[in-house]
Amino acid sequence: MKTIHVTATVNGDTVEYLCDPRETLLDVLRDRLNLTGAKEGCGTGDCGACSVTVDGRLVCSCLILGVEAEGKTITTVEGMADGETLHPLQKKFIEYAALQCGICTPGILVAAKSLLEKNPDPTETEVRYWLAGNLCRCTGYDKIIRAVLDTAADMREAS
Amino acid sequence: MALDDHKTTGFKFIGTRPDRPDGLDKVTGRALFGADAQAPGMLHGAIVRSPHAHARILRIDTTAAEALEGVKAVVTRADFATGLSGEFGFVLENVMAGDRALYDGHAVAAVAASSALIARDAAKLVQVDYEILPHVTDVDAAMVDDAPVLNDTYADATVPAGLHPNVVRYHESGHGDVEAGFAAADLIVEDSFKTEATHQGYIEPHACLATLGADGKGELWCTTQGHWIAQKTCAALVGIDTSQLRVTASEIGGGFGGKTTVFIEPVALALSRKANRPVKIVMNRSEVFRATGPTSSTSMDVKIGMMKDGTITAAQGVFRLQGGAFPGAPMEFSAMCAFAPYNLENVKQVGYDVISNRPKQAAYRAPGAPMASFAVESVIDDLCKQLGLDPIDTRLKNAAREGTKASYGPRFQRIGLVETLEAAKAHPHYTAPLKPGQGRGVSCGFWFNHGGETSVSLALSEDGTCQISVGTPDIGGSRASMALMAAEVLGIAYENFRVTVADTATLGYNDVSHGSRVTYASGLATIKAAQDAVAKLCKRAAAKWGIPEDAVYWEDGFAKPSGANAGNFDPIPLAEITKDMGSTGGPISGHFEATPEGAGVSFGTHIVDAEVDPETGKTAVVRYTVIQDAGKAIHPTYVEGQFQGGAAQGIGWALNEEYVYGEDGRLQNSIFLDYRVPVASDLPMIDTVIVEVPNPGHPYGVRGVGETGIVPPLAAIANAVSAAAGVRLRHLPMSPPRILRALRAQASEG
Ligand code: FES
Ligand code: FES
Repeated sequence: MKTIHVTATVNGDTVEYLCDPRETLLDVLRDRLNLTGAKEGCGTGDCGACSVTVDGRLVCSCLILGVEAEGKTITTVEGMADGETLHPLQKKFIEYAALQCGICTPGILVAAKSLLEKNPDPTETEVRYWLAGNLCRCTGYDKIIRAVLDTAADMREAS
Repeated sequence: MALDDHKTTGFKFIGTRPDRPDGLDKVTGRALFGADAQAPGMLHGAIVRSPHAHARILRIDTTAAEALEGVKAVVTRADFATGLSGEFGFVLENVMAGDRALYDGHAVAAVAASSALIARDAAKLVQVDYEILPHVTDVDAAMVDDAPVLNDTYADATVPAGLHPNVVRYHESGHGDVEAGFAAADLIVEDSFKTEATHQGYIEPHACLATLGADGKGELWCTTQGHWIAQKTCAALVGIDTSQLRVTASEIGGGFGGKTTVFIEPVALALSRKANRPVKIVMNRSEVFRATGPTSSTSMDVKIGMMKDGTITAAQGVFRLQGGAFPGAPMEFSAMCAFAPYNLENVKQVGYDVISNRPKQAAYRAPGAPMASFAVESVIDDLCKQLGLDPIDTRLKNAAREGTKASYGPRFQRIGLVETLEAAKAHPHYTAPLKPGQGRGVSCGFWFNHGGETSVSLALSEDGTCQISVGTPDIGGSRASMALMAAEVLGIAYENFRVTVADTATLGYNDVSHGSRVTYASGLATIKAAQDAVAKLCKRAAAKWGIPEDAVYWEDGFAKPSGANAGNFDPIPLAEITKDMGSTGGPISGHFEATPEGAGVSFGTHIVDAEVDPETGKTAVVRYTVIQDAGKAIHPTYVEGQFQGGAAQGIGWALNEEYVYGEDGRLQNSIFLDYRVPVASDLPMIDTVIVEVPNPGHPYGVRGVGETGIVPPLAAIANAVSAAAGVRLRHLPMSPPRILRALRAQASEG
């Protein structure tokens, strides 16, 4: 099939790529742009491992086509840290052992960041429902939820 | 030189909670998992799978696929080794069907092409002619006389005469006289149970990147719990020498037992050999469900006799496990673990390994044990209810202790079951009031734990830092525990270590990361390797001081003379010795290669509160507490994580997860939308209590903790749900429709 030319902004950089109209945004990020931080756990929108933001909105990149990213601004887990400085969520996830294998971590971090941008003071239930689209098979979520709540508290204090 | 071989208190590093060494990589997206690798000239592979549960393969026509532009190779069974027997034979048959497809999803051919999209298109062009055969997917149905025969050559010598050929192995064990025991009982409860197959559900699908040349030399990158077993198996399946295949384990996105074997790896190697290009294969989720390791489904009968005071007089269980189309369902583990928590005079357990038209079962966290525990602990719960006994007191009364003859044979060494039960009884959860509609359940659980072949190598650098090479993939923070144990021995800070999961060319053989063995066996090996290095460090100090080696000892990172007789010398720090090691005798390293046998068994007790909605049949787990013996928690946060993860998987198994097969023998729910694992909003916080009863078989008392945590939840939740619903649930998962059916059946009976 003929490939299509796309221009988008990814983690602050302008990128151009050619992609098959059947390729998902996740395929493009991983295979064409070498951003393998977003993971494919299901390809059907059920696991959240591929979570990224498109124009500030949290989405499953496996459910969007690469060609749909034309003119859009995309942020992935690779865009979370500011140079050497980790995002507070990233630091807290390490400190709390909110990851075991770590395959769900990029998606959960992107999703949690997007939650805290919308709601800096979420309840435990709000965190649980916001992250209900992100499967983690290792942790039982306990340490993830605590890490998000505690980061939110720290960030509120700092601001 | 005094080297403390066993130490259970006074630790400096063990028991602290530092950040894991691979944390940064994993929160930034930098860590490379199975699907994250690529190679110049790489092709993409796709697998052609049977849509039929059981069918003879009459013809495979690859012409159209090969004609598609971009297709570089097509392989079928003809491209693999011949004459393999035993487990290698079964694995080959599983990764690429021979003359029959044995389950929905069974691989029958594979293609490699210049892009993943072309490979997928080409796979659809492979023409396979099938003759559909009768199939069976249920364990009980597979054992009846007129059940379709999957294979009449698999049954081994253990199987008693007269059983259906689908029964391929049989197990019987126990001691005492169960009939006499039942005769002495005040009350006997006998019941039957079923559990459906579940999947390990790791979020990372199987993925690999393979290169194999016509010279028989290969490279394989894959997500695996054990790259040496992958090396050995893949080499055999593609017919090359083991040592000519170098396998590197990627970071692993969960395994839980399901990544202890190979599926796509030999196929990628065969495609690569044929195309003379690197080949990457990544499974999609549906392939993971259809063709990789679910657990066995089971059918079980349990009978237990009890005195009025709670003493168990006899226990008997029959455990029938269907393990897919090949022998290997872990029915002996079901049988052996079923009654292991109890000190029983009379006990008998029987297991059947049954084949059916389902994917080859793979290990899943304490394989076989959770199902058996569900049946046994449900019956104990009924006995306690009927006799008006407290479930924890009753378990304490019968609990196995040091010296107890285990239901599966040996005498227990020091064990911590009683301690977990006492901690459960003392926990505020156990006496907290319940709301109407809620029920509380308790269960114990047991797992053997494992040692296994282990090699570790440790090398000191001139600047006094240390690199450790281990061969067990790090699934949940094991790099941190290895560094902690080495720090304890060498007496230098945790930050001075770098722990690497070495490839198969770099270290001797290592058994897979399974059996809860990593912290125990790789940990023991790391301690021994560090002690080996310490001995060499002491030797250098002794030479410098001109005193005998045994007049030097190691403490807190310093070589010290061992008392006044040895001489009066200033202690020398590690970095001082390594600084000029090149001129004082050469590099200083430590090694350990062995098969540690002292993995201490582990017990746990779980308490759970569940609330059942009688309108919808939906269950909410409202409170959960895990209490388990860890022997010694090296990094307590990661121990808690294992407890919590095991409980969460158990909750999924108990309430939601199941393989659903249609009349046509096809899997009906092969995506996460339909095979629903617990999500964050399904679960409460999971409270943990780490009990530490040291394992005499480990220098620091470690017991593996990964698996025991999934044993008690099935029964604990079933007991809580049964209490809340007022009706005994005997079939897992206790999904809303099953609970509603049980409630209706009870209403119409009563
Ligand atoms: S890969 Fe996109 S939701 Fe699972
Ligand atoms: S840490 Fe493994 S899936 Fe979440």
